[in-house]
Amino acid sequence: MIKIQEADKVFQTKNGAVHALDHVSLEVEKGDIFGVIGYSGAGKSTLIRLVNRLETPDTGKVFIDGVDLSALNEKELRKQRKEIGMVFQQFNLLENQTVFHNIAIPLLLEHSDKSVINKRVQELLSFVELENKSDVYVSQLSGGQKQRIGIARALATNPKILLCDEATSALDPKTTESILQLLQKINKELGITILLITHEMNVIKKICNKVAVMKEGKVIEQGETIKVFSKPQEAMTKDFVRTVINSEIPETIVEQIHPDAPVVKLTFFGENATQALVSKINKEFDVNTTILFASVNELQGTILGIIILQLQGEKAETDRAYSFLQTQDVEVERIVIAHD
Amino acid sequence: MIETILDISAEKLIESGIQTIYMLGWSLFFGTLLGIPLGLTLVLTRKGGIKSNQVIYFITNGIVNLVRSVPFIILLVFIAPFTKFLVGTRIGTKAAIVPLVFYIAPYLARLIESSLLEVKPGIIEAAKAMGASTFEIIRYFLIPEAKASLVLALTTGSIGLLGATAMAGTIGGGGIGDLALTYGYQKFNNALMLATVIILILFVQLIQGIGNAIAKKLRTHQ
Repeated sequence: MIKIQEADKVFQTKNGAVHALDHVSLEVEKGDIFGVIGYSGAGKSTLIRLVNRLETPDTGKVFIDGVDLSALNEKELRKQRKEIGMVFQQFNLLENQTVFHNIAIPLLLEHSDKSVINKRVQELLSFVELENKSDVYVSQLSGGQKQRIGIARALATNPKILLCDEATSALDPKTTESILQLLQKINKELGITILLITHEMNVIKKICNKVAVMKEGKVIEQGETIKVFSKPQEAMTKDFVRTVINSEIPETIVEQIHPDAPVVKLTFFGENATQALVSKINKEFDVNTTILFASVNELQGTILGIIILQLQGEKAETDRAYSFLQTQDVEVERIVIAHD
Repeated sequence: MIETILDISAEKLIESGIQTIYMLGWSLFFGTLLGIPLGLTLVLTRKGGIKSNQVIYFITNGIVNLVRSVPFIILLVFIAPFTKFLVGTRIGTKAAIVPLVFYIAPYLARLIESSLLEVKPGIIEAAKAMGASTFEIIRYFLIPEAKASLVLALTTGSIGLLGATAMAGTIGGGGIGDLALTYGYQKFNNALMLATVIILILFVQLIQGIGNAIAKKLRTHQ
């Protein structure tokens, strides 16, 4: 649906050239909630703006449903933009206008009839659960309400793609939660593909089925969220995952760990019978297992479990147990514990 | 009553007041008509603007600066031939409107420019993302969002213009300011001087008061 091919962009600033996008490629499929995560200055904002051509790449191409954006003239571009909604961190609403007027603007731009506009705005207000705010001025709304109006406005022209530029970054955790639920509803009920950028891993964890990690203009890692979360490759990805999924052995336990016995990290998805696995090791091999850490997380309905075990016993036996684990339906990783 | 204290007829005073309002009104009208497109041009064509164009910006900016750097009293006589060409005479209230427009239009252009620049860039970005054309961005986003600020800009402009009308007496424009200079100052009529100053103060208060009230209404919707 959205295809970015080898996009490269350099900005000239007073402090020299900034490589905002360094040969970035990614593909968003229909129905995805695709999240791009990175620290500020990673190039996320530039990346998301390629999709509605608010930014153009120096080299590389951007396709929407196979249409090359760079080939569109002004008029065609404006038409294309009406099929792509966008919401912003700072909402970008007309503060001194009513909620009704703000949502109606995209429809006014399409010269829709007054009755059509009235009906559509009411529909949208009820979709974002702010039916009674039609005549209220935007300046009187809370941040969360403003973002709902921003979303309603973005949906007014029935777009097929919704771009979210740090849509929850200005909101408190509780409001963030409700906006994320709303985005999920938009994706499921209206079938709208969502591309979002964020610096909060929580947003990715909650709603994104795919994720790309950006650093200094490059996409350093991308894939299905569940895969990236369970097996992050890059150091920065690991840092991000750590902010939402704990897999660290608590300090006090580290101190008690037997220095010679191997420590193993098991990562499993779905209804994996880990308990059974652990007891099986105890029975079949002459080893004692100690659970050092365990956590269970839910990622879009899939369970992601992490268990860190210590295998104590003769080396031959622990090696056998380790080999056995590798044949099972879990990710196995040997952990080296550094004692001070 | 007025005659005994101020030594001029009441009719003369009223006539001067009307002349001032006449000059103020028309020059503000034409000045705004010129100032808005100039201000918009400055905002749209500046670096990073929606229709960024260095050449047009350079020329517009240059013209605005050029006209603004000529003191009004010089502008008044300098463009006299043009005034004659336009309204058929170099003197009188009507003739004063031409230099007043020349004086106020670039000033308003600057005030309008700064009002429009107050509109958050994010609003423009949202407008573009919605597929709005340049005209639609101006019509639905820039002007509505800057409305209150534009009213205050016009208020400031009007008060500046009021000061300039006083000098219009030089070319026989009449008005309150002229009254103060020709009848008050030159005839040592201090009472009249004082009266005209008070009238001008009232004018300024009135204009500023109306401007503030409208801007407040636009901002707070009360």
